[in-house]
Amino acid sequence: MSKVRVLVGTRKGAFVLTSDGKRDKWSVSGPHFAGWEIYHVKGSPADPNRLYASQSSGWFGQVIQRSNDGGLTWEPVGNKFAYDGVPGTHQWYDGTPHPWEFKRVWHLEPSLTDPETIYAGVEDAAFFRSTDGGKNWEELSGLRGHGSGPKWQPGAGGMCLHTIILDPSDPRRIFIAISAAGAFRTDDAGKTWKPINQGLRSAQIPDPTAEVGHCVHHIAMHPSRPGVLFMQKHWDVMRSDNAGDSWTEVSGNLPTDFGFAIDVHAHEPETIYVVPIKSDGEHFPPEGKLRVYRSRSGGNEWEALTKGLPQQDCYVNVLRDAMAVDSLDKCGVYFGTTGGQVYASADSGDSWAPIVRDLPAVLSVEVQTLP
Amino acid sequence: MIRVILPPHLRTLAQVRGDVELEVGRPVTQRSVLDALEVRYPMLRGTIRDHYTQQRRPFLRFFACEEDLSHESPDAPLPDAVASGAEPLIILGAIAGG
Repeated sequence: MSKVRVLVGTRKGAFVLTSDGKRDKWSVSGPHFAGWEIYHVKGSPADPNRLYASQSSGWFGQVIQRSNDGGLTWEPVGNKFAYDGVPGTHQWYDGTPHPWEFKRVWHLEPSLTDPETIYAGVEDAAFFRSTDGGKNWEELSGLRGHGSGPKWQPGAGGMCLHTIILDPSDPRRIFIAISAAGAFRTDDAGKTWKPINQGLRSAQIPDPTAEVGHCVHHIAMHPSRPGVLFMQKHWDVMRSDNAGDSWTEVSGNLPTDFGFAIDVHAHEPETIYVVPIKSDGEHFPPEGKLRVYRSRSGGNEWEALTKGLPQQDCYVNVLRDAMAVDSLDKCGVYFGTTGGQVYASADSGDSWAPIVRDLPAVLSVEVQTLP
Repeated sequence: MIRVILPPHLRTLAQVRGDVELEVGRPVTQRSVLDALEVRYPMLRGTIRDHYTQQRRPFLRFFACEEDLSHESPDAPLPDAVASGAEPLIILGAIAGG
């Protein structure tokens, strides 16, 4: 019978949650790296027992951990993230030039085919790659050197490269997103990049339709349709049918189109999930009701999923990397909250139950479906 | 033999218990102690001082002999009591955050 392994990064450590295919009884392992911020943990699609974790601390900086046994044991690997050449400046919050400074790794994206190759999205925004299992890292500086870099500005959480999507049909094509610069795409394995923000409209920047400067919160793609992208922007849920060349809004009947997380059903490429958050000033669900919204039409028409989720006095947030799906026949959907709950649905979102209720604030959730 | 006391998180990272004992050539300075420490425990590189500038990370402090040596030159000799092993060099995290 298949198994599911949920990899949870929190403010104070990592947790590994495992269950069989029924997904009703769970075992909890952790905290791993107790006391450290774990921004992201992700497994290699080519070797599911190869995991990578981003471990960081305001005191001790960045560490990258690697596991070869599905998270039972870990070893620290390389943590030297050097910008290529003279880093230059981006805009600070007040619009003044500010030098690029490495702060932490937000997102780790293992190669689809090689367990030793992994990409990292970092703050201040840059794109790194390791081809030796995380021991050594090199910046693919074509992104930062795109030319718009001096105009990039941090979002409230920092100037982070938080989303990396590898195109399963074309190893040269990669999508990334930066708060608050926007989305970018490479078609030559990271040598050159183009901003893909046409159609985005952000009232918070001087030119609402500027080429860069948009606060993209997260992007999701179904592997069977790599040209179709779904985006949760600061405000607005967006869709692209041409690999990001242009975007249209699909917020439709959502109660609010602010939010962070977005994901796609494992078997239904037009079924997508978001967790609406009240506003950028009030990072909690509207009316104190934690509701996942599902669209079965690729956006615009949304239904609230509430069964098993708190429908009163709930004021948690769901962060951008804190939602994931498994690939079992009945697609499982998972998300974690800043209140420390990790919720699971074994029926595509129709009903939910907490796997754990009292973890530290959840920063990221990833799922592995194992044989 | 030089004795170094690491903060608990770095002891866990380096998988050590108690004090670390290091052979360090003369003169014994912050830099020579940290160089020896990082050779013995490569996973600590970048966690105490910056990889490139070699500057102490801002929220860490170096204490010895009831003195705060954090702002001393990394090439200044450490107190004789540290160099002789009578007293440890204490690396600790500043009180910050929650």
